[in-house]
Amino acid sequence: MTAPTAKVLVSITAVALTAACAHYYEIPIETPIKPKLDVSAFQRVLVAGFIAGGIEDVDANVETTRLLRSQLRTKSELRVIDADTLPLLEVVASDRAKANGGASTPLPPIKEEKDLEQYETLFANVGYWKQIGEEYQQPLIVTGTVMFTTAESSRSVLRTQETRDEFGQRQNDVQRVMVERREFVLKPKFIFIDGRTGEQIYRQAYVENQFYSPNQQTPALSSYFELMDRVIPSFMSTLSSQKVKGTRFLLQ
Amino acid sequence: MRAALLLSVLLLSSAVPALAQKSRSEAEKQVKFGINVAQYNLWREAITRFERAADIDPTYAAAYNNLAIAYEHQGDLPNARKAYEKALKLDPDNQYIKQNYELFREINDRANRQGSR
Repeated sequence: MTAPTAKVLVSITAVALTAACAHYYEIPIETPIKPKLDVSAFQRVLVAGFIAGGIEDVDANVETTRLLRSQLRTKSELRVIDADTLPLLEVVASDRAKANGGASTPLPPIKEEKDLEQYETLFANVGYWKQIGEEYQQPLIVTGTVMFTTAESSRSVLRTQETRDEFGQRQNDVQRVMVERREFVLKPKFIFIDGRTGEQIYRQAYVENQFYSPNQQTPALSSYFELMDRVIPSFMSTLSSQKVKGTRFLLQ
Repeated sequence: MRAALLLSVLLLSSAVPALAQKSRSEAEKQVKFGINVAQYNLWREAITRFERAADIDPTYAAAYNNLAIAYEHQGDLPNARKAYEKALKLDPDNQYIKQNYELFREINDRANRQGSR
């Protein structure tokens, strides 16, 4: 039980104890939470694609683009532009080739988070994003990076084992044993760009992880969706308002 | 002269509690009406009534508690916080106000936390 939940339970108990001697009315309320971004200037949104790395089993660029578009379609008032994901890696490679006088150098594979740092210049390329904005009638552009990795690890846990002593009586032995586990880590960073100016207006980064025992055989794609499920509400609340339902006590 | 002074002090000291009682009674009427309209989801009118009650009797914790709830429902979280804090200052041991404030803070914290991770 979390500390806030425990606090609320204690309060509810205290309220129940004093209910008999007070005039109160329990009333349902819906608290609207304003979106973090004022997107009233935009009618359309382009989820452009992501620079993604980590596990090769999951194309985090394609999956994230598809997922965000479907969420925006159903839960926001913005019109979602259906377009192919932008070839962001090719854009970076071409920019580098230009900078090297035409000699193209292959981009290193993205295995860990620090490999993503070299792509920050792309997101700061105002000219490129302004051009994309003009092409799609100046929408709000959503892009960024997604790192989805996995790692095997072990940790020690206490286990109780029932044994019998020399007189045949049962006893519990507590032993410390090592347990293998598999961890999936999702680190998406969403960057919001104004399609009219090409400038970044907001960015949001998340870290979510999940442990599985090795015998669970959880596919990477399932874990990806499980972790994205935790991120999506906060992503959506950046662009559209939410209502939180609850009850309060009006007093007389 | 001294008798007259004593008489006026006596009259005043008996009038002050009576006035306070009258203003609380007026404030209670406003709160009662506010609760009724809030139950019909007429929160703007409820806010007007709770504000009036707080103006009539600034020591009436229930008026501030209800005002806070109404602000919360309208999404005005800064004013809801102020009203809850005022209600708790006036009646720090009231379990209903404490619980309302606790629930409000969870939402308020969530709203402030979004996007900052």
